[in-house]
Amino acid sequence: MLDTNKDSLKLEAMKRIVAMIARGKNASDLFPAVVKNVACKNIEVKKLVYVYLVRYAEEQQDLALLSISTFQRGLKDPNQLIRASALRVLSSIRVPIIAPIMMLAIKEAASDMSPYVRKTAAHAIPKLYSLDSDQKDQLIEVIEKLLADKTTLVAGSVVMAFEEVCPERIDLIHKNYRKLCNLLIDVEEWGQVVIISMLTRYARTQFLSPTQNESLLEESPEKAFYGSEEDEAKGPGSGEAATAALPARKPYVMDPDHRLLLRNTKPLLQSRSAAVVMAVAQLYFHLAPKAEVGVIAKALLEVLTNLANETNIPTVLREFQTYIRSMDKDFVAATIQAIGRCATNIGRVRDTCLNGLVQLLSNRDELVVAESVVVIKKLLQMQPAQHEEIIKHLAKLTDNIQVPMARASILWLIGEYCEHVPKIAPDVLRKMAKSFTAEEDIVKLQVINLAAKLYLTNSKQTKLLTQYVLSLAKYDQNYDIRDRARFTRQLIVPSEQGGAFSRHAKKLFLAPKPAPVLESSFKDRDHFQLGSLSHLLNAKATGYQELPDWPEEAPDPSVRNVEEEDLSLIETRVGLLGGYTEVPEWTKCSSRERRKEKEKPFYSDSEGESGPTESADSEPESESESDSESGSGASSSESDNEDQDEDEEEDKGRGSASEQSEGEGEKTKKRKKGSEGAGEGSSSDDDSDSSSDSSESEETSETEEEQAEAAAWRRKTPPSSKSTPAAKEISLLDLEDFTPPSVQPVSPATVVSASLVADLEGLTLTDSSLVPSLLSPVSSAGRQELLHRVAGEGLAVDYAFSRQPFSGDPHMVSVHIYFSNSSDTPIRGLRVGTPKLPAGISIQEFPEIESLAPGESATAVLGINFCDSTQAANFQLCTQTRQFYVCIQPPVGELMAPVFMSENEFKKEQGKLMGMNEITEKLVLPDCCWSDHAVVQRVTATAHLGRVPCGTSEEYRFAGRTLSSGSLVLLTLDARPAGAAQLTVNSEKMVIGTMLVKDVIQALTQ
Amino acid sequence: MIHSLFLINCSGDIFLEKHWKSVVSQSVCDYFFEAQEKAADVENVPPVISTPHHYLISIYRDKLFFVSVIQTEVPPLFVIEFLHRVADTFQDYFGECSEAAIKDNVVIVYELLEEMLDNGFPLATESNILKELIKPPTILRSVVNSITGSSNVGDTLPTGQLSNIPWRRAGVKYTNNEAYFDVVEEIDAIIDKSGSTVFAEIQGVIDACIKLSGMPDLSLSFMNPRLLDDVSFHPCIRFKRWESERVLSFIPPDGNFRLISYRVSSQNLVAIPVYVKHSISFKENSSCGRFDITIGPKQNMGKTIEGITVTVHMPKVVLNMNLTPTQGSYTFDPVTKVQPLQIKSTNMGCGENYTTKAPKS
Repeated sequence: MLDTNKDSLKLEAMKRIVAMIARGKNASDLFPAVVKNVACKNIEVKKLVYVYLVRYAEEQQDLALLSISTFQRGLKDPNQLIRASALRVLSSIRVPIIAPIMMLAIKEAASDMSPYVRKTAAHAIPKLYSLDSDQKDQLIEVIEKLLADKTTLVAGSVVMAFEEVCPERIDLIHKNYRKLCNLLIDVEEWGQVVIISMLTRYARTQFLSPTQNESLLEESPEKAFYGSEEDEAKGPGSGEAATAALPARKPYVMDPDHRLLLRNTKPLLQSRSAAVVMAVAQLYFHLAPKAEVGVIAKALLEVLTNLANETNIPTVLREFQTYIRSMDKDFVAATIQAIGRCATNIGRVRDTCLNGLVQLLSNRDELVVAESVVVIKKLLQMQPAQHEEIIKHLAKLTDNIQVPMARASILWLIGEYCEHVPKIAPDVLRKMAKSFTAEEDIVKLQVINLAAKLYLTNSKQTKLLTQYVLSLAKYDQNYDIRDRARFTRQLIVPSEQGGAFSRHAKKLFLAPKPAPVLESSFKDRDHFQLGSLSHLLNAKATGYQELPDWPEEAPDPSVRNVEEEDLSLIETRVGLLGGYTEVPEWTKCSSRERRKEKEKPFYSDSEGESGPTESADSEPESESESDSESGSGASSSESDNEDQDEDEEEDKGRGSASEQSEGEGEKTKKRKKGSEGAGEGSSSDDDSDSSSDSSESEETSETEEEQAEAAAWRRKTPPSSKSTPAAKEISLLDLEDFTPPSVQPVSPATVVSASLVADLEGLTLTDSSLVPSLLSPVSSAGRQELLHRVAGEGLAVDYAFSRQPFSGDPHMVSVHIYFSNSSDTPIRGLRVGTPKLPAGISIQEFPEIESLAPGESATAVLGINFCDSTQAANFQLCTQTRQFYVCIQPPVGELMAPVFMSENEFKKEQGKLMGMNEITEKLVLPDCCWSDHAVVQRVTATAHLGRVPCGTSEEYRFAGRTLSSGSLVLLTLDARPAGAAQLTVNSEKMVIGTMLVKDVIQALTQ
Repeated sequence: MIHSLFLINCSGDIFLEKHWKSVVSQSVCDYFFEAQEKAADVENVPPVISTPHHYLISIYRDKLFFVSVIQTEVPPLFVIEFLHRVADTFQDYFGECSEAAIKDNVVIVYELLEEMLDNGFPLATESNILKELIKPPTILRSVVNSITGSSNVGDTLPTGQLSNIPWRRAGVKYTNNEAYFDVVEEIDAIIDKSGSTVFAEIQGVIDACIKLSGMPDLSLSFMNPRLLDDVSFHPCIRFKRWESERVLSFIPPDGNFRLISYRVSSQNLVAIPVYVKHSISFKENSSCGRFDITIGPKQNMGKTIEGITVTVHMPKVVLNMNLTPTQGSYTFDPVTKVQPLQIKSTNMGCGENYTTKAPKS
């Protein structure tokens, strides 16, 4: 039939062949006959032949070549549809020989008049790439050309091609970024998905993380960021004012392009395509500040059900209440667990949940009660102390509940919080001791635990009981329980050998335990891009591209600048979103142009932009430091100031250190043992016995392991609640810091430990710099440790910011370095080794100190040009035999020198430094800062500034210049009698200004 | 992106396959069948299946499985959305998306798929554009075609493809200009033992059938647009206008399409038009029990309720049941493991009915 002249017969034949293909039958025998018809005039026949060709060309390459000339003719056809389909088929024939022809065709089509043909060309690019990857360079050229295309039709396809061929060439996007953002809304939905995910990646590489300063961002009204376009259209002035005001207040300024992206994608949340919505959601998830994520999460409840937020929780809880009344026991249990999960994640409803669960305790059904108890146990762990009543109630329940898990949970709770219920706990123990032999194993273990804990807190009443319980346990059938009993007895009952242990047993048993984290199984998938295939499968799919981390420094935003004409040529669209024909203000065109105008001032001062980025970088560090500092304030400052009492201090340190290590649970203890090695060689056999005991019981007993794990977990993760864990963290660090030579005598300090110490020092340094030392108002930081004598093998190095101009170079901060040799051999050849310095920072070394005899001290002056940043200067201190890595991080206040000026000069300079350069914060002065002297002292202690005379008594003015660049830093404190005050810093260096504000506030409010 | 598509019917036959890149063997579907066997319910087949070399993403529509094969990272929703679009297009073209309809029109299906996807990336998915490229089959057209020899395939590029409003084709003419809107709302509610509503929420859609000439520009306003949550729009709707005035303003596509879908959340106190009461009692020392459902209209609604269907999913342990409805008819299918009981009543009164879904008229 294919050979006839009649089109209808040919068509009929082709249809049958296509039907065969569709069913998966082999029709390749007909290839020669079919190929002949490729030049057929009838368009339907032609199409079907194309279908056939694409399917079988790979198998019969030689014959397929016959048809090429037809396609080449088709590429010149005046009908754009035919041009496009010829290109499509040509590129779909996977015959490597024709790759050069394809390349030519693609190049030609990329500059075709018709956007449809250009779109097809974009589609053809990945096809050719998969066929012949050698052509990559040429293809990238075509992609670059197509990326510049201004039609919405092409955008989606070319970005797709970009993603497949050269996702690493992010530089190609720069020029087109803004165009893509603006076009995005008009692109077809498939293209939108691809573009959004590409832009997500792009933004991750080009912009700074907005979440670093989320707390600050939250303050600002959302409107300022997402002021809808009309707002801007109506009053571009006001919009500009708002955005201009932001940088002045905020240390972090969102790149305007970043904002543009977020704003332009927001409407797409309303798209009908779930894929687009998901793509936008992931974009927001990965790019937006935290505050925005909440907004989006609300809109996406049905998509992301596991993002339960505060608004929907009452509904869910109400639903749960109904379920609880259900007949199905397992279901109820599951529900109770779900409630527990909700309560953990959403703090606000925790109390409600708890109350509900306590009500459930009076339920008749035992299983429900048991399940509730287990959940309550977990919840109580998160906020103990306030719930004595519940514990008492639970204690009463022990008589009735038979489910072992629940009984164990109750006992554990009572033991844990036995201090809150001093009367009941012994009573419960008495009851349990009576029925000890009849209990399940898990309950028995908890009884032992409870007994041990009570013995420690309330030994008068419970001594006998505990011994009774322990002796019962000693003869238990279960070896685990026997082990535990023996172990506990050794620990808590004072004897000659185990004395060291019993002293710390209380710490061990009553160490605060971190609250458990109840979470769904989706939690560990965070590292994949949300909504991607890999995310769903929790495995890396082929072609998955890691989402890059936020960059440290924002790349130059000017690369995205485009010629203005480009944008104005963008086709405007009558239809969607703003293209309302009757009201001209709404048209896409005008709003775009307006936005363009608005953008212009932003991009012109890219210098100003790069300023805040730096501050955003250094921000989190100092924040976290100040966090930990607030927790441990006393201990660290004490240790810094009382250098003379070091020996005493160390003793104390050792005491607390060893206590601490045991408090951390067996694991830590074991670890320590391992690391200290020979250091503890003197410990008795009994010691190692019990510790091996402990490791055994750790493996077998569930709860013990839980505790130990929890302790380990605690140390890994940052503290969740501020006060206690932070303190713990620090004391842990102190432990290593103060490890006296007697414990770690001969083991040579390895490079690792040295760098660890350096790290620690970096921490303590900034800690104390924030605490104004009242002793010397001139140099706040006082002497700080650069190298501890343990790490330095007897060489102790301290440093202080002397606040004197450095003789060699006025741009350098002079740092006094104090060496002292506490070893018994002289140290020779002390000098600064090859520094590894961040860009711009330079060090003027001190002359080599030839020899430092034992017990002697020496001083040297080091000049460091910090280049007006608080980046740490890392360098090596070399002796003849060793090298020590040390680092000096300057507090921001040390980077400047005072300037003396009159009031009028001050006002004049201040007038020049308004707007972006002005940072204002409100604060409340504590009582101790109400006197002039105190305020001035605190400010000058924090920052090296000179006071400027001032007419009024309520205002304090200080002035200085940064050392490196000599830019002015003006500080004004407007204190009102009531204690409320306003701090203003004017400085060209916004980073410095922001940090200075923070430091000064910290100093003043303490 | 999308490598291949397989259409599979309920009995596990692959009756259509289409490849956009190199050919993927049918055997890849074995993984799918494996997963299908594991799943208790046809609707519970996991949508994404990972195999050693490929990933299978499938949807279940009208008793057909659309299984797509992909090889590289792609947002799964992207593929799922596309598969649904394919199914919608079939529905649009053939009136139903069934195995028979697809088999009858296999050539058109093939042509459609060819147009919709190029190299695995969607090319033209708007129904208006597709209809210009490939004309839907009608009896009249097939008669005309057989006489004149003209074809079903358009030979010029559809105007919509290049315009700014790809969803509307140019030069539409009707003698009667009409526009119809269907508001379909589904209420999901949980009603507790005592009959009070625990949770109720409306999932609604507005489907439109527009037959207007030229380039009409419509706007649709609501009495209380505040109620609508989580709206998702057809691309033709101007988002800005909605944002500022809560008015839907759009140039509609020609023919049937879904204008918006929305949700009325439980915070807005969704009223259910019916009340439901039930009681379950088990006889002592017997395997039998009694299950009563009373369902009736709420008086205050002021509208009659029609066409109520009650579907009760009985647990698998139920062997048999006797039904005594006070109104309407019922069917009971003891064969399928999920034994549904359907009671149909034409007019609402009181009866032993029970509802989960009530389409409002």
